[in-house]
Amino acid sequence: MKLTLKIWRQKNAQDKGHFETYEVDAHEDMSFLEMLDVLNERLIRQKKDPIAFDYDCREGICGACSMVINGKPHGPLPGTTTCQLHMRHFKDGDTIWVEPFRAAAFPVIKDLMVDRSAFERIMQAGGYISVNTGSAPEANSIPVPKPIADKAFDAAACIGCGACVAACPNGAAMLFVAAKISHLGLLPHGQPERYIRARKMVERMYLEGFGNCTNIGACEAECPKEISLEHIARMNRWFAKASLIETEEA
Amino acid sequence: MKIEWIEGRTLDGKVPPGPLHQKWQYFKDHQKLVAPNNKRKLEIIVVGTGLAGGSAAAALGELGYQVKCFTFHDSPRRAHSIAAQGGINAAKNYQNDGDTIFRLFYDTIKGGDYRSREANVYRLAEISLQIIDHCVAIGVPFAREYGGYLANRSFGGVQVQRTFYAKGQTGQQLLLGVYQSLNRQIARGTVTMYNRHELVDIVIIDGQARGIIVRNLLTGQLERHGAHAVVLATGGYGNIYYLSTNAMGSNVSAAWKAVRRGALMANPCFVQIHPTCIPESGEYQSKLTLMSESLRNDGRVWVPKKMDDVLAIRNKQKNPRDIPPEDRDYFLERMYPAFGNLVPRDVAARAIKKVCDEGRGVNATSRAVFLDFEDAIIRYGKSEASLRGITNPDPHTIRQLGKEVIKAKYGNLFQMYEKITGVNPYEQPMTIYPAVHYTMGGLWVDYELQTNIPGLFALGECNFSDHGANRLGASALMQGLADGFFIIPYTISHYLADKIRLPKTDTNHPAFDEAEERARQRFEKLLSIQGDQPVEYFHRQLGKIMWNYAGISRTAESLLQAAENIRTLREEFWKNVFIPGKIDELNPELDKANRVADFLELGELIAIDAYHRNESCGGHFREEYQTPDGEPLRNDDQYAYVAAWEWTDTSKPPILHKEPLVFENVKPSTRSYK
Repeated sequence: MKLTLKIWRQKNAQDKGHFETYEVDAHEDMSFLEMLDVLNERLIRQKKDPIAFDYDCREGICGACSMVINGKPHGPLPGTTTCQLHMRHFKDGDTIWVEPFRAAAFPVIKDLMVDRSAFERIMQAGGYISVNTGSAPEANSIPVPKPIADKAFDAAACIGCGACVAACPNGAAMLFVAAKISHLGLLPHGQPERYIRARKMVERMYLEGFGNCTNIGACEAECPKEISLEHIARMNRWFAKASLIETEEA
Repeated sequence: MKIEWIEGRTLDGKVPPGPLHQKWQYFKDHQKLVAPNNKRKLEIIVVGTGLAGGSAAAALGELGYQVKCFTFHDSPRRAHSIAAQGGINAAKNYQNDGDTIFRLFYDTIKGGDYRSREANVYRLAEISLQIIDHCVAIGVPFAREYGGYLANRSFGGVQVQRTFYAKGQTGQQLLLGVYQSLNRQIARGTVTMYNRHELVDIVIIDGQARGIIVRNLLTGQLERHGAHAVVLATGGYGNIYYLSTNAMGSNVSAAWKAVRRGALMANPCFVQIHPTCIPESGEYQSKLTLMSESLRNDGRVWVPKKMDDVLAIRNKQKNPRDIPPEDRDYFLERMYPAFGNLVPRDVAARAIKKVCDEGRGVNATSRAVFLDFEDAIIRYGKSEASLRGITNPDPHTIRQLGKEVIKAKYGNLFQMYEKITGVNPYEQPMTIYPAVHYTMGGLWVDYELQTNIPGLFALGECNFSDHGANRLGASALMQGLADGFFIIPYTISHYLADKIRLPKTDTNHPAFDEAEERARQRFEKLLSIQGDQPVEYFHRQLGKIMWNYAGISRTAESLLQAAENIRTLREEFWKNVFIPGKIDELNPELDKANRVADFLELGELIAIDAYHRNESCGGHFREEYQTPDGEPLRNDDQYAYVAAWEWTDTSKPPILHKEPLVFENVKPSTRSYK
């Protein structure tokens, strides 16, 4: 199939950036990234600068790949990362627009590659259970009801790609942050730090320049792991409670 | 054309004295410790943030060491452990089905075809219990039964249910648990994290590993980092085959730099080819995707008995669903009745290759067999109907209920399969074919996970220690976490106890100047070639050589050919590679070239190792050495040793050091899964 690609090229964070047009011949069984590989190999053979983009596992689980395809993070298919998007979902003659994830907190590094290190700092603020190696009790000593374990798992399925931020008109990271707060706070093992974790992570999220949630739901719609908005509600509840507890303790 | 090597010395694995089940305890009872006030003064470098590296950095940080941790990814969470699907083994015996630590040890030794070190494997089986306890505590949402207790499933090569899992995303959930623990230490300041930094050399001072040179991948700047010890947890080298289930970035370079500085590469020819991967679809293919071994719990592997049916399926004139049971060859069940579809990976991969070589492959390339869930869907459907009190369910209801059960167990895998192939595996059998998945070989380490270079440790897939010639399913995650959480914190303190008076490493030492200069020259050289072919071309060519001549089966002749072709390709690479861009900027092509250059050396060593080992064992199948019915034929008299290769100068033949493998607790026998 013959395709016209309009790809965002930007030398670095300071560069203004622009779209460039490329014609490619793709096969329907190719993944979107394999199609870009073929284009890059052509550019290299022409001694031109290949398009920079992040990728690694190409199985939809590492969260490295990003890019906005025809206006949607990870492209048109629901529940799919860019690396798992195959060309059979496009038509011969299509024009495809490819851009980096755009958000104030995700500066462009080059072309389609963005800096998502703000996510790291949010996780470091409290996205863990404080237990040292060696002090765990026997694994079956604390039963976890299956529905709770399943719900925690659904939240923990987040791959940290940042599509939620790129989808949100406010550039909010609420879904990403809520998924971790929910995952750990639902499990009995994460209960002791449930509120303090919510407070620390939310505070860090604001410091990093992410926007606020106005219940648009684009994050849930574009999330390649289909993480539910319900987690944001839970985060808000726990965050509010965290403020109360702190007042009481003070 | 010939393959040459020089005989070296006998290696000591430093296995502690005493009976097998007391060796680890003996080590811990007698090892040297470092007091908390001294831990704060000692620096440790950890390279890699997968299960092994991430857990090591976290555990060492918890102890109070000053840890510097490096990954080439933009986040520690992207390490390829994330993609492990099926599960993690532990001898908890929660199923009351006869599991014990000894049995996990025995299964692993046997599964590895008696080419691993007994003491290491026993320790791994012992630690498996603590791993599950700890992972639950750090928040890993393992699958649970309705009563709230942990669920288990089966994996290949064993007759008990000891695999813990989180859908088909166990690696993801374990890695995120490790990542959380690592983040806690980063927040506490005990671990300093360096993302998008890649190791380009290891610095040895007075015979000890004292630092590394890294390339900042965003700026291209080379940086120096010193420490009292260096821990490599940089994964395996399966990507040398170009097409593999490894991530695109997985590479051997950190381990290979260690080899160039004098570390030994052990059993590099032991490469695991996983039987169930999605078949290749075209030349543009960048990687292959695994379909978890857990699927063989419920999927049945088959090809048609009749060639007419094979051809009709290939031409899409016949639907595999319409082939009656009597015309199907469930060849794993036929060949290995005791283990059926759950034979170990090497055995299954060879059987699949065999039926495809007979011409019975079921896709256009004739390189595919079916993995079929229809029987499981019906079986689960009936059971579910009964649970829900539906009497006399109709076939449609049964299938619907059965599909729901299958979806709950393997939903993400089925979804992934459909995304890649466009075929719905609930309605049509999957097509699968073997692909390179894991490398049992790796840096030689002693019982303390220390390489032959003092102060240089290797963990996880990066070392060779636990899986012999074939790894059993759900054991890689176990080993990564055992090494990182529960072994290195002990053994490294034994090493560092003597270093408490050693001052911080001076990164202005001439050894750092030399290593940095060597790295700079290499990058400059790569960029200066300005040839005609992109790096990808060489990687793809190398992959073809490796797969065709050193793949599922090998012969002395094919290995000679491999070594020769690799040498030729390596020369061509250094004359004709083209890398765009500059040295002091973000340059992914340059990084890739640096990795492929190392693969082009390792490939030759794999061929040499496979050529020298005149036997078949586990994943290493030499066609000259097989039983009349096509099973691997080991030669314990001559090859019951670890082949640890020294190769600091690739213009000279490598030196073969040997660690004899002594079996005091199991008697090596012919593996039989029949």
